[in-house]
Amino acid sequence: MINKSLKELKEGLASGEFSSVELTRFFLERIKQFNDDLNAFISVTEEQALAMAKAADQQIAAGNAGKLTGIPMAHKDLFCTDGVLTTCGSRMLENFIAPYDATVVEKLNAAGMPMLGKTNMDEFAMGSSNENSYFGAVKNPWDLERVPGGSSGGSAAAVAARLTPVATGTDTGGSIRQPASFSGVTGIKPTYGRVSRYGMVAYASSLDQGGAFGASAEDCALLLEAMSGFDERDSTSVDVAVPDFSAHLNEPLQGLRIGLPKEYFEEGLDSGVAAVIETALQQYKKLGAEIIDISLPNTHLAIPAYYVVAPAEASSNLSRFDGVRYGYRCEDPKDLTDMYMRSRGEGFGAEVKRRIMTGTYALSAGYYDAYYLKAQKIRRLISDDFKQAFKQVDVIMGPVAPETAFKIGEKSDDPISMYLSDIYTIALNLAGLPGMSVPAGTSNNMPVGLQIIGNYFEEAKMLNLAHQYQQATDWHRQTPASFSGEQ
Amino acid sequence: MSLTADEVKKIAYLARISIQEENIEQYSQDLSSIFGLVEQMNAAATDDIEPMAHPQHAMQRLRDDVVTETTDIEHREKLMSNAPARQDGLFLVPKVLD
Repeated sequence: MINKSLKELKEGLASGEFSSVELTRFFLERIKQFNDDLNAFISVTEEQALAMAKAADQQIAAGNAGKLTGIPMAHKDLFCTDGVLTTCGSRMLENFIAPYDATVVEKLNAAGMPMLGKTNMDEFAMGSSNENSYFGAVKNPWDLERVPGGSSGGSAAAVAARLTPVATGTDTGGSIRQPASFSGVTGIKPTYGRVSRYGMVAYASSLDQGGAFGASAEDCALLLEAMSGFDERDSTSVDVAVPDFSAHLNEPLQGLRIGLPKEYFEEGLDSGVAAVIETALQQYKKLGAEIIDISLPNTHLAIPAYYVVAPAEASSNLSRFDGVRYGYRCEDPKDLTDMYMRSRGEGFGAEVKRRIMTGTYALSAGYYDAYYLKAQKIRRLISDDFKQAFKQVDVIMGPVAPETAFKIGEKSDDPISMYLSDIYTIALNLAGLPGMSVPAGTSNNMPVGLQIIGNYFEEAKMLNLAHQYQQATDWHRQTPASFSGEQ
Repeated sequence: MSLTADEVKKIAYLARISIQEENIEQYSQDLSSIFGLVEQMNAAATDDIEPMAHPQHAMQRLRDDVVTETTDIEHREKLMSNAPARQDGLFLVPKVLD
């Protein structure tokens, strides 16, 4: 059961081999069995999941099933879910019951997917290891002493251990792709504006984008399609048609031009990771693609610019947490200022405070030109690099992260070294481009993801490339031994 | 760059975040190293570059100025149910005026 694709699950539901209630119970049991080891879920919503499964079974029986009806899933705990705890991994929202559904939640509810629960994450999506969660670190299913990546580490670990067939995530600087790489699953961040941000707790609004985790590109295509689409409630949602992402999966890759940015293979890239990426590129050559050397000369400026833009937007977005309307409030505030300061000082974790303070300083009087404006100009340079590259090539490939999953605690005392682990992912968010991570091998027994970067709104082509690779290889079918056993 | 203890306190106040006296040194080190990273931007020449605020270069979308959401007491109560302190449809805060 755990290795069935969404398509196979749909066939099983349609033929009556199993019901949605049985399927949902099966995954709820796996969560019960394994979540203590992994800490991948903050909340498990058993009752709602079974009620939705029952409704899905009725829909299937009536012959009204859609592509995903009855297939269970999980949401990253920053998507607002009406009546359900939505913590964003923070003490600030420890008791926050969302009063409405995010658009993505609404869409997947309408698709008939029972929600198993809400997955763990770095607090307010700030982090690359999932160690910044108020609810404790998530463990990597391939090695419980290692991190699953972040910030969507709970979703990545849950899919890797097959506690859910698919899960949602969000990606502001690599938070879908890096955990997908570290945890050995497929993950896609679409073009900025493709998936509605309405009801997603905001971190950095000009960078935040929802996306999908699954075992395979085929599964991600189905989930992403159901999540995507214009939404007038998100002012930066883009009004372009959502294609059938599954329709192009089987197109041949003959003559396709793949760009290799030399900056993604320089100093700092682990040799084991480099070897896996090289082997994957050989596979693409066998599939008929052409490899072209390109340059993205401003790559080294992406992290510096990101650590202005993202904290600046975060300092503004997170000013809403004031201890008045929702969220944590300190005990016995002596006046309004004391209430704001202690509620925020006690409610936010260390990394969130660092980023809010970084952004506050960057935006404070006299510094705007030196920091924020400068970063926006660099954002243009980075975006122009990609524009130039896409004149020569159809897609760009490289590593997702410079190394495989590191040990829990290894980098948690050194914020800068943690930030540098997002070197290959962050530029895409600044440019607004889509990117994905595809399992491509292992280094020292830990998974390595291949990054596929597409031009704006070319998710279908990226999924096609990933699917063709997954037809020729079986890295995406491998599961961590401790969680592979069927009950 | 290196931020002094007073600068850290000022930033914390602007951000309305209380920090413990014993942590100021750590914040000073962390923020200084973050700005050290950020200042690598200075190596890039950007004089004639147009700043980029948004990936799709979109204009802010406008809608007709009409009421699209209505509310009633039940809805209001639901929206307010997460408030740490409330009474009769009002949010309660510490006394502001003496």
